[in-house]
Amino acid sequence: MPASALRLLEEPVIERSIPAGDGPLPLRLEDVRFEAGGQRLIHHLTLTLEAGIRTVVLGPNGAGKSLLLRLCHGLIRPTAGAIRWAWEDPARVRREQAFVFQRPVLLRRSAAANVAYALAVAGVPRADRGRRVEAALQQVGLAHIADRPARVLSGGEQQRLALARAWALEPKVLFLDEPTANLDPAATRAIEAVIAAMHERGVKIVMTTHDLGQARRHADEIIFLHKGRLIEHAEAARFFMRPGTPEARAFVAGELLA
Amino acid sequence: MGHLGEALTTAFVLIVSADPELLQIVLLSLEISLSAVALAALIGMPLGAALALARFPGRGALVVLLNACMGLPPIVVGLFVYLMLSRAGPLGEFGLLFTPTAMVIAQCILVAPIIAALTRQTVEDLYAEYQEQLRSLGVGAARAIPTLLWDGRFSLLTAVLAGFGRAAAEVGAVIIVGGNINHVTRVMTTTIALETSKGYLALALGLGLVLLLIVVAVNATLMVVQSAARQAEG
Repeated sequence: MPASALRLLEEPVIERSIPAGDGPLPLRLEDVRFEAGGQRLIHHLTLTLEAGIRTVVLGPNGAGKSLLLRLCHGLIRPTAGAIRWAWEDPARVRREQAFVFQRPVLLRRSAAANVAYALAVAGVPRADRGRRVEAALQQVGLAHIADRPARVLSGGEQQRLALARAWALEPKVLFLDEPTANLDPAATRAIEAVIAAMHERGVKIVMTTHDLGQARRHADEIIFLHKGRLIEHAEAARFFMRPGTPEARAFVAGELLA
Repeated sequence: MGHLGEALTTAFVLIVSADPELLQIVLLSLEISLSAVALAALIGMPLGAALALARFPGRGALVVLLNACMGLPPIVVGLFVYLMLSRAGPLGEFGLLFTPTAMVIAQCILVAPIIAALTRQTVEDLYAEYQEQLRSLGVGAARAIPTLLWDGRFSLLTAVLAGFGRAAAEVGAVIIVGGNINHVTRVMTTTIALETSKGYLALALGLGLVLLLIVVAVNATLMVVQSAARQAEG
């Protein structure tokens, strides 16, 4: 197969389900490269993330999935290339994003105080915080343990609390980096329900996962990375039915990629 | 053995009889050392946390210097504070030399680097864990410092205890700036030094035991509080 076929579909392949314009999307990555410790970890990445649809980033370990999310969120700077949001003002763009990490970092205070802290940082007036904290905890099913110290919660509860924190911020874009890795099926179901609810609220979901089943359940489009390169960017149904590359075919078939 | 037995008896008698002179010395010692530690924590913790987060050229050297300052010789600090506070010194007009305030200042200078250096290490480790989350939430340095200090509170208690140990045990600084004046600036360590030099070893040892007892009691109390809180809050 010619190399050009591997660099695929840089233009959006999916119709927007929700009209853009009032949010910071689309997000364009143009020829983005990232190097660390003398190693190139992301190679010439060009892609566009559109509003409304759920994007799932797939790929084996070391593919650069987490790096891609961190680059988009602004936690790391690309070595070369450009990352452009539709909005110019970076502070305004930042306020419309939330990030849920694989291992949630919760502050040593109560569950409710963790959510309230994020709201305070975001500049939400004190008078509004209580209501929003309560609604967010309600949404993830943690209202009954609002006063419990966050650090004594179970792994699944901690991740739900991290999602509640993101929910309360009312972002337009939510990044999730392997949000259900290490969680049992019940906890995973609870997390996925919140993600689905976020999507229904019109939040752009960008999620990495190892779990093909999860990708099938939650993806509208797939970004498939391998060794820091974009191999496929395709509509989810098409990606799973007819993967366009040998790497993607092997990955979908559950084979181990070299 | 004779001295030790006598000392234990003396210490026991002193404690049980609640000797007023002893009580005054003990209370003044505690007042000075606890004030110095509180002041040093107020100064040292934010400074240590700021150094943990800051990145600038020469930072490594500053960290080494700060760590080295944990071993400041009390006698040298005492001399420095003496020179600053003496009539001819730049702060002489306040008339602080040979007062408990001078002793608090000297001990604070000894303790602040200890608390700052240990805080720097604790907060730096914590920040490694929190950094991405805090940046994602848009937390700036001004807010990150109190947040990290609060979240590191259990570990930071150890820094405070190290500082208290230093303050309670040192004699070199307080004897120079306090002058060991009876009923005014006489504390446990200076009394022990005085009694030893006069040859009253039993009284000196007795006081030494009281000092040890107090240090152990303060540490034990705080440790119990710390472990209970940690258990409750995770």
